[in-house]
Amino acid sequence: MAVIRPSGDFDRNYNQDMALIRKPWQWVLLLLSIGAVATSPYWAPPYVYIKANQIGYTLIAVQGLNILTGFTGQISMGQSAFMLAGGYISALIVTYLNLSFFIALPLAALGAGLVGLIFGIPSLRVKGFYLAMATLAAQFIIPWFTLHMFPEYLGGQNGIISAPVPVIGSYEFNEPARFIHITLFVLILTTIAAVNISRSRMGRAFVAIRDNDLAAELLGVNLFGYKLRAFFIAAVYAGLAGALRAHSSWQIGSEMGYDLSESIIFLGMLVVGGLGTNLGPFLGTSLIILMEDFSNIVGTKVSAVMLTGMTERVLTSFRPIFFGLILMLFLIFEPRGLAYRWQLFKASWRLRPFSH
Amino acid sequence: MNWELLPQSIINGILTGGVYGLIALGVVLIYKSSEVFNFAQGHLLMLGAFITWWFAGADETGEELLNLNLGFAVIAALIVIFLLGFLVERLALRPMTGQPLLSIVLMTLGMALLIEGLVSIVFGINVKPNFPAPISRIEMFKIPFEYQYNGIIFVQKLRLAAFLVAMFLVIVIGLFFRYTRIGLAMRATSEDHELALSAGINVPRIFGFSWAFAGVIATAGGVLLAMLTGASLTLSTVVLVAFPAILLGGFGIFPRGDHWWHCSWISYRNCQDIHRD
Repeated sequence: MAVIRPSGDFDRNYNQDMALIRKPWQWVLLLLSIGAVATSPYWAPPYVYIKANQIGYTLIAVQGLNILTGFTGQISMGQSAFMLAGGYISALIVTYLNLSFFIALPLAALGAGLVGLIFGIPSLRVKGFYLAMATLAAQFIIPWFTLHMFPEYLGGQNGIISAPVPVIGSYEFNEPARFIHITLFVLILTTIAAVNISRSRMGRAFVAIRDNDLAAELLGVNLFGYKLRAFFIAAVYAGLAGALRAHSSWQIGSEMGYDLSESIIFLGMLVVGGLGTNLGPFLGTSLIILMEDFSNIVGTKVSAVMLTGMTERVLTSFRPIFFGLILMLFLIFEPRGLAYRWQLFKASWRLRPFSH
Repeated sequence: MNWELLPQSIINGILTGGVYGLIALGVVLIYKSSEVFNFAQGHLLMLGAFITWWFAGADETGEELLNLNLGFAVIAALIVIFLLGFLVERLALRPMTGQPLLSIVLMTLGMALLIEGLVSIVFGINVKPNFPAPISRIEMFKIPFEYQYNGIIFVQKLRLAAFLVAMFLVIVIGLFFRYTRIGLAMRATSEDHELALSAGINVPRIFGFSWAFAGVIATAGGVLLAMLTGASLTLSTVVLVAFPAILLGGFGIFPRGDHWWHCSWISYRNCQDIHRD
């Protein structure tokens, strides 16, 4: 990515050119912010680290979706179903095979990735919203499967099974204050992977497929192979996110917010943050999740002042209204998302006081 | 599978499927004229049903302005939705012209959530079982049939009426596209935007009209369904059932009766599932 840099700031060797983080102060800031999140259970109110945990695992799913939809341009409306698959696989492995959560987590990611591959197979033939329909099918088939098949293992019509608490030695990750360290660790790994995928041969092939699939094929990009890889990576990320979410809330079930609207919210987070940027998922996910809480606060205040007696009605309806409005306004006024705004902001400060 | 329940399922499936077919026509209408796949169609349908319910004065709190009878309430709701269709096209979809497919899909999804939120805040989240119906819901025709469980197939009179109305509307829509000036202009636009423009057709206005008519069709379908089940927020999900039918019937062709038949088939399969559980 072409980066506008101030004059005098240039690379002297190959290592500098390849470095993601160029300046010592950037390292300091990064480590400080990671340290701040990691130690937040010791100094911040519970709200902060509970939300940080939630944003963390949602972010992993959105990063995966970003690789599939943002970089490769394949619309997927099944991301939360792949999360469900990952969560179930991890919970079942820990419960019935008595393996540690830390072995089950990569296995769940792999399992969800394979499920994603199955639903990615039509992607060679179908495009656009026909593909959206194919992935929409995943969103219906996977929850149906968990509700109707193998009721003794998958919870049947109750739709809920318990996910055991991860343990190292005698240390139990049984509350968000402790679980956040696992989430943060996985998030760092997935972020490193996502950033490096986007600047490797694979990432460039993804972008080529998004921009013009015929031209990409002529340039020697194996369309089917790379589309499947994108689906696999997206589903692996979703599987990680699903396993983390399942084990941090101790249970997993198709009735617990893994439905179509959740997949749509992931897409919305991606668009608000910025499609095809590595920063986008961070900004979009944080904004939308914090906005949901904000809408709850506003809803409570509003129902206390003017719409008395309709508190429940107001609370359930403010969330879709806020989300729908934010999504529509972003699509009309800033389709490139918050990440692009951040780029503009950085550029204007970098060139200050000569802004042109 | 319980074969003895199958005849009843087939009858119910075909009758409900006729209404679903009408609903599917609305989605195809917008897609063909402006190449927007409208995921918010189900929510327009729900909105139409709720507005009709409100105009019919069924809230029974004494706060409603009007206490129209069902026919006038439907007409009033149709007018509201018709204007709303224009508004939606102008405010939300016009700025999206030339944007990638994902943005357009997300725009309709965002709109769907917005409508859902607004409906639940204005009309409440409860089911409205008191949606006015011209015939009582419990009136049945009884058809003796020896292979059916108990030997009798029950046909709800209201469901049959809904089916007939949907059929009638499908025919009216077909005639509309064949003979009226604006219907012909919409077909021309669906063939080729630039050619239509050069033939003097105001293409953006046709987009507006297609949203308005799609809203009208959705409202008609919504009212027919709401008579059977009562108005509720879950009415919006019927369009998800209609989607496979649309794919099966085909996007490539302008709305015609084919969709109706495929929808009946899909709906019958659904009824099977319901009965098996």
